[in-house]
Amino acid sequence: MNAPASINFSHRHLLRIEGLSVPEINALLDLADTYVEVNRQVEKKQSVLRGRTQINLFFESSTRTRTSFELAGKRLGADVINMTVEGSSIKKGETMIDTAMTLNAMHPDVLVVRHHDSGAVELLSQKVDGAVINAGDGSHEHPTQALLDALTIRRRRNKLAGLVVAICGDVLHSRVARSNIHLLTTMGAEVRVIAPPTLLPRFVDRLGVKVFHDMKRGLEDCDAIMMLRLQTERMHGAFVPSIREYFHFYGLDKEKLARAKPDALIMHPGPMNRGVEIDTVLADDIDRSVIREQVEMGVAVRMACLHALLLPAANRGANVERLRSALFGP
Amino acid sequence: MTEGKRRVFTNARLLDPASGRDERGALLVDGHMIADVGPRVFADGIPRDIEVIDCRGLCLAPGLVDLRVFTGEPGEEHKETLASAGAAAAVGGVTTIITMPDTDPVIDDVALVEFVARRARDTADVHVLPTAAITKGLKGEAMTEVGLLKAAGAVALTDGSHTVANAQVMRRTLAYASSFDMLVMQHAQEPTLGQSGHMNEGEVATRLGLAGIPTEAETIMVERDIRLVEMTGARYHVASISTAAAIDAVRRAKARGLPVTCAVAPYHFALNENAVGAYRTFAKTSPPLRTEEDRLAVVEGLRDGTIDVIASCHDPQDQDSKRLPFALAEDGVIGLETLLPVSLELHHNDRVPLLDVLRALTARPAQLLGLRAGALKPGMPADLIVFDLDLPWVIDPEQFRSKSKNTAFEDRPVQGRAVMTVVDGKIVHRHGL
Repeated sequence: MNAPASINFSHRHLLRIEGLSVPEINALLDLADTYVEVNRQVEKKQSVLRGRTQINLFFESSTRTRTSFELAGKRLGADVINMTVEGSSIKKGETMIDTAMTLNAMHPDVLVVRHHDSGAVELLSQKVDGAVINAGDGSHEHPTQALLDALTIRRRRNKLAGLVVAICGDVLHSRVARSNIHLLTTMGAEVRVIAPPTLLPRFVDRLGVKVFHDMKRGLEDCDAIMMLRLQTERMHGAFVPSIREYFHFYGLDKEKLARAKPDALIMHPGPMNRGVEIDTVLADDIDRSVIREQVEMGVAVRMACLHALLLPAANRGANVERLRSALFGP
Repeated sequence: MTEGKRRVFTNARLLDPASGRDERGALLVDGHMIADVGPRVFADGIPRDIEVIDCRGLCLAPGLVDLRVFTGEPGEEHKETLASAGAAAAVGGVTTIITMPDTDPVIDDVALVEFVARRARDTADVHVLPTAAITKGLKGEAMTEVGLLKAAGAVALTDGSHTVANAQVMRRTLAYASSFDMLVMQHAQEPTLGQSGHMNEGEVATRLGLAGIPTEAETIMVERDIRLVEMTGARYHVASISTAAAIDAVRRAKARGLPVTCAVAPYHFALNENAVGAYRTFAKTSPPLRTEEDRLAVVEGLRDGTIDVIASCHDPQDQDSKRLPFALAEDGVIGLETLLPVSLELHHNDRVPLLDVLRALTARPAQLLGLRAGALKPGMPADLIVFDLDLPWVIDPEQFRSKSKNTAFEDRPVQGRAVMTVVDGKIVHRHGL
């Protein structure tokens, strides 16, 4: 038993965090909060998206993000289909646009798209009728990851404004970093990026972050530490001399962690390279690491995004409280 | 020699950057040639046997000489043929186009230079003058037959959109070409710094998550080449300059008396990197659109004469080459039909005097290649345009004669348009006059 809630979110697609307002981000996080509770019940199935079709179109391999979106859609009652590059006509030379147009003719209500090129999801969104959610495009953005990171932090600290968050590692190639920078700076957090100069975009300071090359100094008094994966597959040529040297200066270990606040959260978008950017002991430290919690928040956040984009306008006017009371009683 | 048809353009504002002339008057064409020009031509009445074209006070100037035009012929005729490029040129007021050797096959052989010249003569409305590759296959390794190519009609040497990266190859090319007085035109981008990038390395690229091409990629190559010019004394030309630092390097080289020149594309003074917006591939160019500071430096370079030439850098691309994720899309913007109006913005915005704008489009490029063009002078070929300096219109790619529609100026309101184009005394375009 449930009633669809409405949410004040008037975008057709979710392509990027950049440009979202504080109320829009808060609305998505509030709705996601209610879905966290739904997902912890034995009966998780909702009917908000009953009769809707969701296609997960992944031009780049992914297990966790695709699974998370698939679960999110199914829990909301949508019919979910997964399409990956393997076994599709992409390999036969069909262009991305042709694939999108073909799928579009089948009237999906939402396409969840991941692509290895920056801007590809935006391009695709211009050619289809339904909603499009960016599940990561090249080195550009990964909006749902930033939302789930924000939800994780907010639930632990009850706020985002005023917190100090360090983003460490391969910022240059990271869509997660860009989305998180936009979201956290919009919400009033102080964002630091910590990396060797070769792994930072040259003008990253223009995004409103503080730049550190010395990890120990950068971690001073941080509330949360986001470790990024070293994306060797996007690297052409040498960005760091060796994995050993990288871990020595930029891997998160106990000694460097000691500079942050005693209760600082350790986060990682996964998949982790243990021993490259993060010490195995820390990754598994249940007192500090919220890495598994991030995965849980991921499903809730994606339910909230699907809900926000697909709930018909006719149902708008109800609110998150109605869903809450329908689920848990007045 | 037979007596040609005589035609007089009356009531014109004569604009001749070569002589500095800007006055009311008339111009007489006899057959293929300009016979007379000035305020007193037929001031006392016109003989009956002459065709009269009343310019109604509009501007009459030499036809534009476009130093950098890519076509698809041979090899990619679906993007542009010499005929369609010629038609676009005529509409745009361009009477001479200099074609780039980046075709399939590459124009690196005498027979291919002759092929382009012959095809153009048979099919194009305007003068088409081919350049030849500096290196065979544009590979940057083996020098082409410079002397024979020149004899076959190649007007300059360039590897088109490719850079001669190897310093030794460039040194030898410059040294060898200087003995034939051939201009060497370089696409100046240090490949190891520039190749992996897709747009200017700046704030926009940082936001979009696109790998950047730093301005230093251009500056380093221009500065290196200037050193080689100093060694060899060859005439060297930066084919498309885009950065403040490189313009400054050319300015200093000129001050030292070196035979260094450069050209700029309209998009480098009319647009900056923000035009890429949300991954607009029609704003993907090489060199890339730069910062606002660089754009202003280009305008200043045109104003003080450091930049010699405005070239369209016309580079036709079809939908399949552009409707792609930004990193995968081809570089290039077409420009033959927007060269004049976008360049005239410099005048309308009071940035560069009108005659200086026109000089960079006519007399200066003609002079660099030693062409008999770009001047309103008796005895010169009658390559002329009549244009309405102030006519407002909105750029609409659907109206283009070019086979490709990849303009960066779609929907841009502009002022000024060619209403008549004359090539060798023959009217090849007439619209509203």
